[in-house]
Amino acid sequence: MKVLTLNFLSCAVKTCKSSSDSFPLHPKEAELAKDDVEINPQLLVNVLPRIDWAALRTTSTELGFPTLPDQPPTAEELEADEKMLQELHTLLMEMQIVEGKLVCGHCGHEYAIREGIANFLLPSHLV
Amino acid sequence: MASLPSSSAAPAVARLAAAAAADRDAEAEAEAYERAHVHGVYQAIAPHFSATRHKPWPAVASFLHAQPPRSIGLDVGCGNGKYLGVNPAVVMLGSDRSAALVALARSRLGRPGDAGVQDATKTQGEVMTADATSGGAAISDVLVADGLSLPFRDGAVDFAICVAVIHHMSTRARRQDAIRQLLRCVKTREVASGHVLVYVWALEQGASRRGWDEGGEQDLLVPWVLKSQTPRAQKKGTRGQKTNNDDVSVATTGGESSASTAPMVLAGEAAGTTTGGAVSDPVFQRYYHLYRKGELEEDVLAAGGVVITSGYERDNWWVVAANPS
Repeated sequence: MKVLTLNFLSCAVKTCKSSSDSFPLHPKEAELAKDDVEINPQLLVNVLPRIDWAALRTTSTELGFPTLPDQPPTAEELEADEKMLQELHTLLMEMQIVEGKLVCGHCGHEYAIREGIANFLLPSHLV
Repeated sequence: MASLPSSSAAPAVARLAAAAAADRDAEAEAEAYERAHVHGVYQAIAPHFSATRHKPWPAVASFLHAQPPRSIGLDVGCGNGKYLGVNPAVVMLGSDRSAALVALARSRLGRPGDAGVQDATKTQGEVMTADATSGGAAISDVLVADGLSLPFRDGAVDFAICVAVIHHMSTRARRQDAIRQLLRCVKTREVASGHVLVYVWALEQGASRRGWDEGGEQDLLVPWVLKSQTPRAQKKGTRGQKTNNDDVSVATTGGESSASTAPMVLAGEAAGTTTGGAVSDPVFQRYYHLYRKGELEEDVLAAGGVVITSGYERDNWWVVAANPS
């Protein structure tokens, strides 16, 4: 599962949705792998406004990547900053969590990731 | 009040009232029913099912092609991922209740680093081209999730599709909740954004050989014959309820149906494999709710959405819905 995807995910438990602690989910015992994806500045620029930046900062730090700036770059800043482009490209589009868990900060439920696939099926008492 | 069909000879084993869907026991019963007659079946037939699913429905393909490049969409119930690469310019996040189908979808995405993953379902023309790898498709992703408990945050994506999925949910309340979940995940409606496409099997199939049409029973068990000559289906340990090939019929329960209470015999369903197939081919019964004309639009409204446009295509009803502006 890509780090980009993680930015779109919150806890699957309905009663967690209203809690700000259910997003982002926190990686635990995460094993990372890097895909080779051709850099596409236009794609990054388009994806940027759909990203929750504060959540991405949290995820970046939790996965051991450099701390991201407080505010997201503007489209112009991003296009002009090759280093930032490359860093965000790698983090969002190339990095995958292949094994590990995702933990909800509200209910504590852990979702397993195996062979790159996260499983959000809930035990019956949490549905 | 509708009651669910049962493949068992025992009377009304899976009978439950749609009106009581909100009740916890009924919910649990509906879940258990779908586990047996939907989820378990797809886990067991995944490779065979996947091998028969290549061509996108035209209405779905045109919806996907209408999405702006580099927008981000959901495919809830993505199955083997056949829609994930239809428009390589958009980013798709696919989810499915079946881990076996999600694994096939992931191998179809051709993730680098997944060396050795073979996908028999990938056919010529579907293989990601060099162009596609620099578009949104290069960063599409898949995960396992239940359509009624989607893990996506509110308003996360630009659009969503849900093709041939909610007709597997066994109460109207659950089908409406599935639409509510899709609407929750998309952005506020804009001119060409925030749209949700839902596609379901129609009751009105006068042109098909299945024999279903207006006024007929809407809640059915439809057999899937797992052909033993399918290479991937030969694996031992395929789980699921085996039934005699003679049982290839659609079981219905009386309910409000105007038809006879005797099970309808469904000739030639399950991809035409009921005739001449090997006697030992296992048959899996999948639950379907066949939508009557207008019902899908009613469900969108009940889920708090608005209907942008809707239509009928080859035995299916479809609707494009959005949140109210």
